[in-house]
Amino acid sequence: MTAPLLEVKGITKRFGGVAAVNDLSFDLAPGRIVGLIGPNGAGKTTLVNLITGVHRASAGGLRFNGEDVSGQRPFESARRGLSRTFQIVQPFSQMSVLENVAAGALFAGGASSRAQANDEAMEHLRFVGLHPLADRPAASLTLPSRKRLELAKSLAMKPKLLLLDEVNAGLNSAEIGVAIELIRAIAQRGVTILLIEHLMKVVFSLCDELLVLHHGELIARGEPQAVAADTRVIEAYLGTKYAQRMEQA
Amino acid sequence: MKTPILAFAAFALALALVPVAGNNYFVQQATFVCMYCALALSWNIIGGYAGYPSFATAAFVGLGSYAGALLQNTGVPMVLAWVGATLVTGAFAALLGYGLLRMRGHYFAVGSISIVEVLRLTASSWSGLTGGGEGLNVPIMAGGPEFAGRVFLYAMLVVMVIAFVMTLLVERGRLGFGLRCIQQNEDAADMVGIDVRRYKTAGFTLSALFCGTVGAISASWVAYIAPGDAFSILVTLKVPVMVLLGGPGTLLGPVIGAASFTIIEQTVWSRFLDYNQAALGIVIVLLIFFLPGGLLGSVKKWRLAKGKPGARLPAAARPTENPS
Repeated sequence: MTAPLLEVKGITKRFGGVAAVNDLSFDLAPGRIVGLIGPNGAGKTTLVNLITGVHRASAGGLRFNGEDVSGQRPFESARRGLSRTFQIVQPFSQMSVLENVAAGALFAGGASSRAQANDEAMEHLRFVGLHPLADRPAASLTLPSRKRLELAKSLAMKPKLLLLDEVNAGLNSAEIGVAIELIRAIAQRGVTILLIEHLMKVVFSLCDELLVLHHGELIARGEPQAVAADTRVIEAYLGTKYAQRMEQA
Repeated sequence: MKTPILAFAAFALALALVPVAGNNYFVQQATFVCMYCALALSWNIIGGYAGYPSFATAAFVGLGSYAGALLQNTGVPMVLAWVGATLVTGAFAALLGYGLLRMRGHYFAVGSISIVEVLRLTASSWSGLTGGGEGLNVPIMAGGPEFAGRVFLYAMLVVMVIAFVMTLLVERGRLGFGLRCIQQNEDAADMVGIDVRRYKTAGFTLSALFCGTVGAISASWVAYIAPGDAFSILVTLKVPVMVLLGGPGTLLGPVIGAASFTIIEQTVWSRFLDYNQAALGIVIVLLIFFLPGGLLGSVKKWRLAKGKPGARLPAAARPTENPS
């Protein structure tokens, strides 16, 4: 087995008395698509914020690509090749679609000039299919297009690890089909993906492995089918009584 | 992209020719126009591109005028004193910005205006150095008022041109792009790999540098400075209003705003001395309600609506973001 790309060691985040993420440890091997699931409030987004430096961990540490990155700031994380999309999309709304992506290429993707950043941005827009809208202000995009813009922006940052925080939330099933193909294509470029997702259709069709979070703790880990049959996972999602009935059946 | 540069070159040339065509009164007015253009261009870097509503302009102008005056009084030649004042002001802004820019929005605005007051009080209490409330005399320039008037006009003109070139370089470079990202969404800017703290501090420092020069030049021009005039709250309010009038986050907006504001002030308001300040208040209110992107912003918005290419909305003309 190759060395892990990301190692999370005993990471904890407390907000006052509540531990949103509690003593969590796992690692991610390069080149995989790993799903992170869990009921609402399980701590998924907090975990992403911890990994990308938005929140500072109360305890525990992180290693990325063999380097200790505990306490890094978000821009450092982006430059290291650890980029993310937001559950609630965050475009630079009055800038053009092209400029949005060029920002990623220039400030984190290592483009040497504004012109080069624009060229690279155009390529990424073509990849996600947004190139006809390159000159439009980002605010004018529809939700599915904004999600694709987020993807293009993160790709422009030349990530090694991409954290996708509910990129499919709010999309209809046809749009989700397109998004799945897109995520698969990104993975084929050699980008490791941590996919935070509620939609089981997406998780089952994409992920090699699942992590299940509940009350800030990792309750299961493994192949999607095995995880879906795990009693603790069923308990977390559907309640204890339902889980007992499933056992008896 | 070429048009603003040519327009500015024509404007600067016209100002440079004022002494040929006009009397001392016009030379003085042209000097004011250059001075406010330089201040407005400077403010535009932090207030327009980065979207941080700074009210610290007068703090930098005042600091520059005291630094310049003190240097001149110790025997430093005038132009060197101006350069020295520029550096002192820049260093002060860099140190101050690192702390002050942790605040955002209204907090930053209030924090920045307090700097003006703190420096004014320092200048009036530290009598040993600054002469306190009695003020400081600055050596009067030799050569008579007519010659001196021209020297100060050209000095301010040079500062204005430098401030414009600085804006041009910022707009085209990484810094301007990064500051615009910060203006749009600071958290997203951080995520995209921009070291927001460093970028904001750099923008703040650049926006202070030439305020210091302007302060030092006007101290030599007036030959006397006092705390109340040097750290003037009115200047700190007027300069942002000028930029908002012209169009924040654009190359020419500050120049258009500063020039038209100064001309209106001289021709109209000076006739209504009692209501001068009230008129400024009315202008601010009208701007907020009817011209959120300034004069240039409205033109661009109109062009955008007509589907003309190459029109970009300026910073402040943003409609409210609809959450998804």
